[in-house]
Amino acid sequence: MKGLPDFSATLSNLIFLAFLVGIPCYGFVKGVKVYESFVEGAKEGFETAVRIIPYLVAILVAIGMFRASGALAMLSDRIPECMKSLGLTPEVLSLALMRPLSGAASLGILGEIVASHGADSYQARLGAVMSGSTETTLYVAAVYFGAVSVSRVRYALHAGLIADAAGLIAAVIVCRLFFG
Amino acid sequence: MLNIIWLGLLVASVAIALATGHLRDVVVSVTAGAEAAFKLALGFTGIMALWLGIMRIAQDSGLVDRFTSLIRPAMGILFRGIPRGHPAMGSMAMNIVANVFGLNNAATPLGLKAMKDLDTLNRNKGTATDDMCMFLTINTSSIQIIPAGAIALLASGGASDPTAIVFPALAATAASTVVGIVAARLLSKMKRFRKEIHGGPTDEGTT
Repeated sequence: MKGLPDFSATLSNLIFLAFLVGIPCYGFVKGVKVYESFVEGAKEGFETAVRIIPYLVAILVAIGMFRASGALAMLSDRIPECMKSLGLTPEVLSLALMRPLSGAASLGILGEIVASHGADSYQARLGAVMSGSTETTLYVAAVYFGAVSVSRVRYALHAGLIADAAGLIAAVIVCRLFFG
Repeated sequence: MLNIIWLGLLVASVAIALATGHLRDVVVSVTAGAEAAFKLALGFTGIMALWLGIMRIAQDSGLVDRFTSLIRPAMGILFRGIPRGHPAMGSMAMNIVANVFGLNNAATPLGLKAMKDLDTLNRNKGTATDDMCMFLTINTSSIQIIPAGAIALLASGGASDPTAIVFPALAATAASTVVGIVAARLLSKMKRFRKEIHGGPTDEGTT
């Protein structure tokens, strides 16, 4: 059973490195000043990070307090054992529920899981895969339909939320396969 | 919604801490949480900057445009109410590729332009067309190849192999996109949603 996780990890790293090295190579061939271009783009990284700091602080403090009060453990006791064995702890479930609403807040929950359980924990990996495989459906729908004043959205939310649910279930399955 | 959840967490924490006698732990957790948040953000910045730098090269080298022209022909299968050469197809393709590359800052304006282009084909303003619903579904099913934000958080927390989630996330996001497309197509055929389009003839060609 060790073959599949190893395969997944190797493939993951290869995909990542292919982007990391392949894109600058392609750029160089196309005559882009790759170094200057990189530095220009990297500046945005700070803006992104600064933008999420308030969300991280808000969520980490709130959930941290909730955890320290013993409330999280009480919630956890109510979740059936079979769900917990799949990594579906209250933190991970709240991440799944928050994801369609707010990207920054769900990233905050992921940060809290990383900070409290460790970045190599099963929950952190499951949470990371969940946030990588679903989107802020309700937010995007509000912004996009708002821009063209569409108020009767028909089945757009149904389809989007079905896709999100599929992504969350798929995340649980692939994590079980690759990290279990 | 978020306001109530957040406030609820704070109030519930104190109330439960009073009942369980964990008040001191809660006080300690406040400063620890705030500090952990900033430390995470600090590590997050490095990976995020690296990734956005690489993505800028992808934009400057025309790689993004190249992918856009690659996926464009295939999009006719998904979006059936769009005449050949209509600008909506181009702006949607650009938005989808920007999302695939995780260029969120570039994707949003392109997406809004795509919605406006789609709306020019809308015979019943104020009601979403099938193509709008399909576009939204693809958009919200997350088609990002590298989930840079999640990787950056794992790395910042000291993960031994933060990029190990790339393939699992890709598999899960592919599943969600396929399910979303199928769901949108099936829902578009339902009587309940069909009769909401009153503007023009509900041409059978789009089903």
